[in-house]
Amino acid sequence: MKKVFRYQIVYLLLAGLFVLAVFMNINTGNVNISFGRILRIIFCGAESGAAEYNIIWKIRLPRLLSAAILGGALALSGFLLQTFFRNPIAGPFVLGISSGAKMFLAVTMIFLLRYIPSMPMWAQVAAAFIGSVLSLLYVLLFAGKVKSMSTLLVIGIMISYICSAVTDLCITFANDSDIANLTYWAMGSFSGSSWSTVRLSAVIVFPAALAAFLFAKPIGAYLLGEGYAKSMGIPIKFFRVCIITLSSILSACVTALAGPISFVGIAVPHITRMMMKTAKPGVIMPAIFLGGSVFCMFCDLAARTVFSPSELSIGTVTAVFGAPVVIWLMLSRKNSV
Amino acid sequence: MQREEQFYFRTDKLSVGYHGKPLLKDIELGIYKGQILTLIGPNGSGKSTILKNIIREMTPVGGAVMLEGKDIQNYGSREFAKQMSVVLTERVNTELLSCRDIVAMGRYPYTNYFGRLTKEDERIVDEALESVSALDIADKDFSQISDGQRQRIMLARAICQKPQVIVLDEPTSFLDIRHKIELLDILQKMAVKENVTVILSLHEIELANRISDLVMCVRSDGRLICGTPSEIFTDDIIRELYGIKSGSYNCLFGCTELERPEGAPKVFVAGGAGSGVSVYRRLQHFGIPFSAGILAENDCEYQVAKELAAEVASEKAFMAFSDNAFERACELIDDVSYVIDAGCPIGDTNLKMAELLEYAQKTDKIIFCKPTDKEIRHIKQMLAETGT
Repeated sequence: MKKVFRYQIVYLLLAGLFVLAVFMNINTGNVNISFGRILRIIFCGAESGAAEYNIIWKIRLPRLLSAAILGGALALSGFLLQTFFRNPIAGPFVLGISSGAKMFLAVTMIFLLRYIPSMPMWAQVAAAFIGSVLSLLYVLLFAGKVKSMSTLLVIGIMISYICSAVTDLCITFANDSDIANLTYWAMGSFSGSSWSTVRLSAVIVFPAALAAFLFAKPIGAYLLGEGYAKSMGIPIKFFRVCIITLSSILSACVTALAGPISFVGIAVPHITRMMMKTAKPGVIMPAIFLGGSVFCMFCDLAARTVFSPSELSIGTVTAVFGAPVVIWLMLSRKNSV
Repeated sequence: MQREEQFYFRTDKLSVGYHGKPLLKDIELGIYKGQILTLIGPNGSGKSTILKNIIREMTPVGGAVMLEGKDIQNYGSREFAKQMSVVLTERVNTELLSCRDIVAMGRYPYTNYFGRLTKEDERIVDEALESVSALDIADKDFSQISDGQRQRIMLARAICQKPQVIVLDEPTSFLDIRHKIELLDILQKMAVKENVTVILSLHEIELANRISDLVMCVRSDGRLICGTPSEIFTDDIIRELYGIKSGSYNCLFGCTELERPEGAPKVFVAGGAGSGVSVYRRLQHFGIPFSAGILAENDCEYQVAKELAAEVASEKAFMAFSDNAFERACELIDDVSYVIDAGCPIGDTNLKMAELLEYAQKTDKIIFCKPTDKEIRHIKQMLAETGT
């Protein structure tokens, strides 16, 4: 019973932080708008047409929502990859999946923009998805051969370098306007978010996350290892394909819409597990999603306020908080590395 | 043919191996419900491979495994999970999962889509924990308990799955002797009381001897011998199975002796009724070849002397020691200069032992009575000095 109490506390805490993050994100910015006015603008639709109205409705709200949705997606995708590889430091960024998505997206963007003026957003997501699946297949090819988690990590980083090299090569031969577009995007940021970003990410992320939650039971059994999972009646091949597809969809969506964002996928699931003191997927998966949302919203807040008016890339902020977690994880399990 | 149909579990010309190449061919075995089958054999002979085929982790290269007259490949995965549960050798690395969480996963095939445990499930989990006497560690983190405790938890998980067949791959590997016995006790109870069929592989052949209804020996050359424990556990089959060349394994007692010291006997041990066993083993330890006598063939000590002594003067079972045996023993004493009196009690059948010791005294042999370790070391030194 003590355990259930702990779960409830953590969920309440996360919900509280979520509300706080929403509140702070909407209330902070280069233009100072009083809180009462914000409430009036949002709930009463007051001052329609005014600059403040546009700032709230067209900039702050979509940005906030996409940070929340994509942050949750990123954390969940990291959790799925950690389950799949039985490796606590697996994540879309360290395994080179984000870089693969980025490369494929850059290539398609450069070649496609010659024929059409702008690339539709869904096509960006599709390109990123193909890219992440391709680099994931590469990782899988090696993962079968290496058992040690640090080796897998090194392979992921190498794949990530190769992809970056190819991306740079493409940029060298691209038009100036494309470059501006690409470098900005490659930094990773929620600043370009519009309502269509929110809509598209909601349409992709929510069903994928729901599907992932429905796998909570087999994921739990999979924690014991493949042999045991199979003996309990899990169709192992089908399960593995589903997990890998879901995590690719989630991370590809993030990469396409906000650029590569590092370490959220590793740090958030671990912090959540530590807070809950359990690894039962049914309990922690929703918390991980919520935690990812909160984490990304606060990071985005930091990205746009710390050195305001200039903005940091979101990856810079997440790395500052996320990388120490990875180091700590590596050190705390000397034996199994 | 009709008999075969009655087997609850059997294999039909099963061939197992890797990449389509059979490692072991034409395995034919069958057991009834509630029986215990044990696979024994040296490391790397393929015991695990057979088990992997039985639990569907691998697909047979040829033939089939039949459960209740149905090929196991034709079972649905959930249906099969209700039939069979496993304890594997693969190491389970988890974090932040309590032992109870792990055991409760055994309910997997029975719980609903979200894996919610009902009151009944909770009760079964408690029962399983109790049957392996692990209730006290139920709430500890699985990653922080000892290997032996882990093995018990994994067994509880398998029990929790309420299977008809339970398959265990070397379940006793990490356990100390007390927990080995406890584990096999649990398995035996499950088989006898709950009519669960048990299939396991073991390294400890003496334990296999106690627990099994049927034993299959898997030899490194791929030959298989199957039979009841009394058929299998003969000194010759076991010696051959494991390729024991130096030393011995005694099936009657399940005891192991190291290699017999080489050379002509230097010491004669007058023992009996177990008094000489430790003397033999110490002499073996120091590499001193010895002879022994007079031992009745029904004396427990005879089994050990047979394996370690260069020569044994013996008498047939349940007979008073004859003059023949006495003379033989005197001959053996004549060949040595040291005699050890192990301190065997003297009764009706072995009255000749007193005479034998008198004979040794008369022929000026150096006699040690119930020697300590130090004295045996002393004998070794003296033997080395005289250069014999």
